[in-house]
Amino acid sequence: MSGFGALLRRDLRLALRQGSDTATVLAFFLIVVSLFPFGVGPEPQTLSAIGAGILWVAALLAALLSLDRLFQADYEDGTLDYLLSAPAAPSLLVIAKCLAHWLTTGLPLVLLSPLLGLLLNLPSAAYPALVAGLALGTPVLTLIGAIGAALVLGARRGGVLLSLLILPLYIPVLIFGVGAVEAAAAGQGFRAHLLLLGAFLLGALALAPFVAAVALRQAAE
Amino acid sequence: MTSADRLECRDLACLRGERLVFKGVSFALGAGEALRLTGPNGSGKSSLLRLLTGLGRPAAGMIAWSGASIFDDPDAHRRRLLFLGHQDAVKPWLTVRENLSFWAALHGAQPDRIAPALAHFALTAQAELPARFLSQGQRRRLALARFAAIPAALWLLDEPTTGLDDANVATLEALVAEHCAAGGLAVVSTHLALKLPGAAALALTGASGQQAA
Repeated sequence: MSGFGALLRRDLRLALRQGSDTATVLAFFLIVVSLFPFGVGPEPQTLSAIGAGILWVAALLAALLSLDRLFQADYEDGTLDYLLSAPAAPSLLVIAKCLAHWLTTGLPLVLLSPLLGLLLNLPSAAYPALVAGLALGTPVLTLIGAIGAALVLGARRGGVLLSLLILPLYIPVLIFGVGAVEAAAAGQGFRAHLLLLGAFLLGALALAPFVAAVALRQAAE
Repeated sequence: MTSADRLECRDLACLRGERLVFKGVSFALGAGEALRLTGPNGSGKSSLLRLLTGLGRPAAGMIAWSGASIFDDPDAHRRRLLFLGHQDAVKPWLTVRENLSFWAALHGAQPDRIAPALAHFALTAQAELPARFLSQGQRRRLALARFAAIPAALWLLDEPTTGLDDANVATLEALVAEHCAAGGLAVVSTHLALKLPGAAALALTGASGQQAA
């Protein structure tokens, strides 16, 4: 387990020193969301109706923005070879990198989302479902994204390829994430949506690290 | 490190893409022994070292540690080896000490070995400096300091002298000799006349087959 903690601490420290990833993701999220009132018109009813979808799609694209860097820097400077020949299991190291990525990009998105909900005139009943849904959903985005990020290592224009690979896989998370917010806004229960998002998270946590580790070994060979 | 440690390769062949890099490579290395790997560019020195780390799979032949294939238990093999490739993997935004501490923690090494390891490669004065201010030779020394900080039975070094000055080449030679004296194994690829007293030699010449001397 010492390897897990060491890599997590290193990635958090690097993110803190550079700071640009978190700032870029949050700024992107903010800008995409605030484009919609200009695009569809500032009527509160319209915005309120499509607000959940806008927030989720923007969160998804923002998460994608930082994912292509998940393994890229370590791949370019040779760190990946040393990580893969270190004692810790590669899948454990993938989880450490994903956790660091989520803490520095996913979690700030979750925390910023209520503020942007206000901007879109989201009904007050919807906020618990929005925050809880994003809290469960954004780690899934990171974990699935890790598979794509590992697969596109070494490819030209990997970022674009990554979007094509993993955006379709994000659809279930999007459906149930938006579903939770809409159910809550309509005054219905949203527990079932959250349970499904939780199930996605557990499934992704069980499978994605192994698949990503296999892809990393392929990239290292 | 026990005296039973033994690294054995038999009839190794390596493919890169469609091209045969080498075949018929065999050698054996016991506890306390070093192997110097030489050969022209493209003869497969790096490829052989990567096979020995378990990062790649040989196209034919076997690699065994104390009689068991390293691919049967890759976790155990990773615990016993320490690898240096062409790249230094130094993070420019971390300080010199933080860079080394990370690798030591990743391998579960004792934190009190960091300072002596930095001193060993004359990096004590730069310990708190962000690594982006290091020269190429200093970055190489930082990568090599891992070998002074992390205990491992098998050292795999790919062109470790790149960018090093004479004094530090001597430091490295002494470190490898010390490692072998303590019963460790080392495989070192080099162009230079790196002094490894008592080391076996293996010259790779390309796909035509080689013999250990």
